[in-house]
Amino acid sequence: MQFHKYDVVIIGAGGAGMRAAIESGQRARTAVLTKLYPTRSHTGAAQGGMCAALANVEEDNWEWHTFDTIKGGDYLVDQDAAEIMAKEAIDAVLDLEKMGLPFNRTPEGKIDQRRFGGHTRNHGEAAVRRACYAADRTGHMILQTLYQNCVKHGIEFFNEFYVLDICMTETADGPVCTGAVAYELATGEIHVFQAKSVVFATGGFGKVFKTTSNAHTLTGDGMGIVFRKGLPLEDMEFYQFHPTGLAGLGILLTEGARGEGAILRNAAGERFMERYAPTIKDLAPRDIVARSMALEVLEGRGAGPNKDYVLLDCTHLGAEVLESKLPDITEFARTYLAVDPVKEPVPVYPTAHYAMGGIPTNVHGEVLRDNDNVVPGLYAAGECACVSVHGANRLGTNSLLDINVFGRRAGIAAAEYALAHEHVELPENPAAQVEAQVALVLSEHGQERVADIRTELQATMDANASVYRTEDTLKTALHDVQALKERYQRITVQDKGKRFNTDLLEAVELGFLLELAEVLVVGALARKESRGGHAREDYPNRDDTNFMRHSMYYKQGDGLAADIRLDYKPVTFTRYQPMERKY
Amino acid sequence: MTATAEVSTGSRGNQPPVPDGAITVTLKIRRFNSEFDDEPRWDSFEIPALPSDRVLNLLHYVKWYIDGTLTFRRSCAHGICGSDAMRINGVNRLACKVLLKDLLAGGDKPTTITIEPIKGLPVHKDLLVDMEPFFEAFKAVKPYLITYGNEPTRERVQSIADRERFDDTTKCILCAACTTSCPVYWTEGSYFGPAAIVNAHRFIFDSRDEGAEERLDILNDIDGVWRCRTTFNCTDACPRGIQVTKAIQEVKRALLFKRV
Repeated sequence: MQFHKYDVVIIGAGGAGMRAAIESGQRARTAVLTKLYPTRSHTGAAQGGMCAALANVEEDNWEWHTFDTIKGGDYLVDQDAAEIMAKEAIDAVLDLEKMGLPFNRTPEGKIDQRRFGGHTRNHGEAAVRRACYAADRTGHMILQTLYQNCVKHGIEFFNEFYVLDICMTETADGPVCTGAVAYELATGEIHVFQAKSVVFATGGFGKVFKTTSNAHTLTGDGMGIVFRKGLPLEDMEFYQFHPTGLAGLGILLTEGARGEGAILRNAAGERFMERYAPTIKDLAPRDIVARSMALEVLEGRGAGPNKDYVLLDCTHLGAEVLESKLPDITEFARTYLAVDPVKEPVPVYPTAHYAMGGIPTNVHGEVLRDNDNVVPGLYAAGECACVSVHGANRLGTNSLLDINVFGRRAGIAAAEYALAHEHVELPENPAAQVEAQVALVLSEHGQERVADIRTELQATMDANASVYRTEDTLKTALHDVQALKERYQRITVQDKGKRFNTDLLEAVELGFLLELAEVLVVGALARKESRGGHAREDYPNRDDTNFMRHSMYYKQGDGLAADIRLDYKPVTFTRYQPMERKY
Repeated sequence: MTATAEVSTGSRGNQPPVPDGAITVTLKIRRFNSEFDDEPRWDSFEIPALPSDRVLNLLHYVKWYIDGTLTFRRSCAHGICGSDAMRINGVNRLACKVLLKDLLAGGDKPTTITIEPIKGLPVHKDLLVDMEPFFEAFKAVKPYLITYGNEPTRERVQSIADRERFDDTTKCILCAACTTSCPVYWTEGSYFGPAAIVNAHRFIFDSRDEGAEERLDILNDIDGVWRCRTTFNCTDACPRGIQVTKAIQEVKRALLFKRV
């Protein structure tokens, strides 16, 4: 075992982690632990843009952006947090530009802006051009720019260090986070990092689903670690399905395509979104578009030999717009489906994309241990966190905004806390739990194969817990997930070595996926209403009387078979009263 | 040593059902584990696959159902993260961006796909190489915006044409396909390599940047741009379609004529 001591330890090197590191690294001794190389993080797959009311191309203001975010989230958004995000969005974009981000430009040389789903002028009048972008590679540019600036500031990275646990020390004032424990992939060694503050920025858990835009590595490790510590997760039933995944593959095609004028059509060629969202049509928020697409298919209007997808028509945009503003998605369609978007419409279907829920935090990124108290020294930001600025449905571009605004805030808060406090002693044997976990996976204790369990998990989640859900489908999913958890206790891996044991890594990741899938399904069963990304066929309406509140899940007891306790947390309102959501 | 699907399934349970339209292909993979092996070897696996499968799917099939020790990096699986550059049938490609249908032998001939780690970087295990020298070269060219003086209140102004000037080199995902396809890099690892130069280019030709001279000084070094022999391997290898050789030539020209 190796021991390290830092002021701040950041776990994850995507957008949120590196944005935090840039702040923290200039104030306090900071280490970034990441299971990948930083530039492999999935922030780089984000495409369309990052919204901020710069008003560079038409009138806009951050209050409209706040309203759109709250309405887009079906009023489950904490309104104080949404206001902060929309207000700080402007500086967040300008900061990135000053760090070197190559945004597309207007003829005057200002940052150009495009339309995006759910972002409107004056509280819903019409779509507004608010998304700042770099072709359809905005996430790539953000990830590269943040990494470049980490290099500039000499940020210390521990690449391919897989964090498996955090250290919690009991004090007179309650539990305090005192460090993290990592497995070094190159050597199989365990490392203990003592720290005054720890920031989780580990991203989402899209790999609970089969059809997903998420990377293989998005397995909810950070959320899983926090949950196993008895700390809560929030709003996990709210999972976003992005409308335009390449049919059958799930690879993302940006909403920016519709922002530039692309149209969704059913088999008959009808622009069906006119029926579902008469005002902003194809630029309705993602939950509405995804449900509309699923309905078109369910009602027999899907395209293709099996009538199981709809069509994204970009043909009227012309080769020049596609090549200059949407080059990557044009290439994805050509490479993976052999469809040329210049000449023919692209088969698309909703793809599991983004977790609205996660580790509950306040607006400083401090992690909550219950509805009222924080865990001193523990922070979270980005997709793994739930502030909650996305409520029941995130608007397009608001994730890139979230990682920059709240990554920055968490980095500053973590560093300031570290500067104001001494190191707290680590608990006894801080690495014991991780050593036992690794030894268990490597031991021979069964014949179950990781890939089989993962495949079955993803199949049941796609079939039973995706765009539309019912009591019956969710009960099936719960039964399946619990049976798979039982089988997981008998897994075995073939690779018993110490060097780059990715066989072991996948087994550990699957453990997190199984637990998080169960939380998602338990939450979806309990929420007997339809709101944002959570659509219950048996409860088709929003129920503000009983469910205008955040879900909070706690793990009761140890082990995989532990129970989940469900509690609730009030939504924070400032100035927007819930209204019916129409577009 | 040769492992085949029949030999290795054994106690690992049944293979997943073979999908309609699947064909049998042979993956011939260069294996080496620095923990146990003195010498690399070749292993062959016969597996069912669809023509629409990515090579990454084939590697996953082997790892998940035949040999869990097979090791490679991957993440996004659609050509964005740059994790899975490898030598596929002798050329550098991303495993997630090459489809089986583009590698088929044709006719009734059996298809064998040869997969090796990228060259010029030390192999740790199978297809996974040591990326540290690659990232050190990247960091050495100061790959970040350098400016002096006060920052403006709003964004820096940049014309569409000025933005376009360096667009091509902003696409780099640091996968190392270009650098490890370069014969000069294979023999002289101290050469910065194409990827580092691409990332220097991205800033040298950015109208907002004021660090061109510093970077050009670095690239004028004995291990800098003059090592390039314009074999165009790098341009062929780039999964993002960056005109790598052209970018290197532009940096050379900037050095010769002292202007960007």
